[in-house]
Amino acid sequence: MVGEPRIRRVGPGEFEVRIPKAHREILRGLPGQLRSIIHSDHPGLKRFFPPAYPDDPVRAAEYDAMVREELVAGRKKSLEIMERTIDADRLDADLMADWLSALNDLRLFLGTSLDVTEEIYEEPIGEDDPNAQALAVFSYLGWLEEQAIAALAGDLEEPAEPGG
Amino acid sequence: MNISPAPVEIDRPTGSEAIDPDLPWLVIVWNDPINLMSYVTYVFQKLFSYSKEKAHHLMLQVHNEGKAIVSSGPREKAEWDTSRLHAHGLWATMQRDS
Repeated sequence: MVGEPRIRRVGPGEFEVRIPKAHREILRGLPGQLRSIIHSDHPGLKRFFPPAYPDDPVRAAEYDAMVREELVAGRKKSLEIMERTIDADRLDADLMADWLSALNDLRLFLGTSLDVTEEIYEEPIGEDDPNAQALAVFSYLGWLEEQAIAALAGDLEEPAEPGG
Repeated sequence: MNISPAPVEIDRPTGSEAIDPDLPWLVIVWNDPINLMSYVTYVFQKLFSYSKEKAHHLMLQVHNEGKAIVSSGPREKAEWDTSRLHAHGLWATMQRDS
């Protein structure tokens, strides 16, 4: 997709967010919506908690009991942070990592709910597609996420000075 | 702690039923149509401190072959790695090396 980058790294541990106001309004409500159903049995959540032992239901249940609460808490924290900083122009590395986590979870939830396949990336969204709006949001989240990844990958190559 | 009044003779399984307790557990990441390729590479770099080249190679293996072994070790370590992959939205499972 062509366009001005919305998220970019401006220095070690420093990130700039230039998302137009109208797009921030679209993003604003999404983390809260996902948080509100994260304890439910919505089928779009299944990829958040995959069975660690696919052939051993007993161990899979033990693993799930051990990690589920922490996985939910980590996701809620990142979603809350993205929601709280949705109007920010600058983010530090920790906040940027929370944005990436929230963007990926939102995409994972939407993509799982829409049952997307790899072919989706090769075809334009049909106007008469009943999921056109959700697919457009899915596509937009992916575009933002690519930029967040590129920005954070820059920090892996050149980490911020401790305490700097 | 396990407290027993006296040593107990245990019948250990033999033959094909026996599982070597020292065999490591493998952590496997499976291909999925949603996670971005760049994201999978980034997560491998971040979680396992793999070089960009190694992370990229593992990501391509997941994408092209459907799965890749991304780490291994005792069960506790494998569960820890699996839970970190799950926290990042990757489809990871565990199996014992054979």
